[in-house]
Amino acid sequence: MIHDFGIVWSERSLLLSGLGNTTILSVLSAVAALLIGFILTPALMSKKPWLATAVRGFVDGMRCVPFLLFAYIVYYGLPSLGLRLDNWTSGLAALTIYNAAYMAEILRGAWAAQPREPIEAGVAFGFSSLSLFRRIVLPPLLLAAGPVIGNQMIQIVKDSAFLTIIALPELTHAAASIQSRHYVPFAAFISAVFLYWGLCLVIEAGVSTVDRMAAARR
Amino acid sequence: MSWGDLLAILGGAVVTVLLSLAGILIGSPIGLALAVVRWVDVPIAARAVTVYVSILRATPLVTLLLLLFFALPNIGIAIDPISAAILGLVMNTAAFNCEVWRASLMNFPKDQYEAAQSVGMNATLRFRRIVLPQIVRVSLPGLVNEMSLLIKVTPALAVVGVVDITRAAVRIGAQTYEPLPPFLVALALYVPIVFVLVSLQRWIERRQIRAEAAA
Repeated sequence: MIHDFGIVWSERSLLLSGLGNTTILSVLSAVAALLIGFILTPALMSKKPWLATAVRGFVDGMRCVPFLLFAYIVYYGLPSLGLRLDNWTSGLAALTIYNAAYMAEILRGAWAAQPREPIEAGVAFGFSSLSLFRRIVLPPLLLAAGPVIGNQMIQIVKDSAFLTIIALPELTHAAASIQSRHYVPFAAFISAVFLYWGLCLVIEAGVSTVDRMAAARR
Repeated sequence: MSWGDLLAILGGAVVTVLLSLAGILIGSPIGLALAVVRWVDVPIAARAVTVYVSILRATPLVTLLLLLFFALPNIGIAIDPISAAILGLVMNTAAFNCEVWRASLMNFPKDQYEAAQSVGMNATLRFRRIVLPQIVRVSLPGLVNEMSLLIKVTPALAVVGVVDITRAAVRIGAQTYEPLPPFLVALALYVPIVFVLVSLQRWIERRQIRAEAAA
């Protein structure tokens, strides 16, 4: 058993590059999904019925579909419509679009729970709509939605493991390739599990830091 | 895509639903047991459960399944794909359900518990007659929510060779060189399954809110 972990240790550069790729994928798509979520959220609450219905349909639809099926559709399905993406692009696109729907719903919930008064006060003070959003709406919104966004980030990290199936060299893929070359399944996959755990503990630590900041502001 | 292909994907849907049901039916009581261990604060075991839940919540199901399927035979436990799939789903749901159960245990009104103590019920009776019926009701929406999340991770079972909806669709796509139609059929199967669960959850929540308003 110790010997098996020795083999994994000798392949540590492969495992760490997998961890790096998982981190890059998760961070990039989390940031992009959050930004798209910010565009979708006002549309969800729009007074134009066609816009609200269309975005609601997208958000609810995405939340009914398993991520792996969506990734397959982007990677294998879109080429038959003439759009061919490599595994990195399609993996990132799938992860981003899928989670944007979840982010939009999270932000809508937090937005609806925000008190109206600061926004009305901001309008009365003559803030333009962009700076109103940036200075008055955004900071309390992000602080309130922080824990739920953190949970969704953990979900993104776990979803990214599905991308091993379209041969993206992320953490699970790295562990699987170490296992297939040296036949050390337990050591290889348990190392991956602990690295995922570490990644999620980092996210949770980040969330509690944001929480403390939020508590200090109140 | 032929009728046979369509039937193959429908067969996959049966596998997806049955395995998820098995996962939830076995995993949920285990989750309750784990939650009680933490609630009662059994020395050492409570710490172990905390660590177990923390690790399992951070582990992607794909990775967990690969670990079970390849590592268990290595230590002399032969395991077939279906058993590996159920074991993986149970380990996963038990961890998530533990958190749902624990949340409702933490919010359980203390006065009722003390009232049961004062009429001389022993710990087992208190739990069975007073605590359990109420926390089942409170936990129900959360448990149904976990089930819809579980359905959405079942495509991971493909890595150990279980043919669920997604795997059946991929196979047909590879045979016919037209992946899009089977994927759309798969999509059309998942959406109603998850939709039914989400509606069930909202219905239970509404009914409970009404019952509380009436009380």
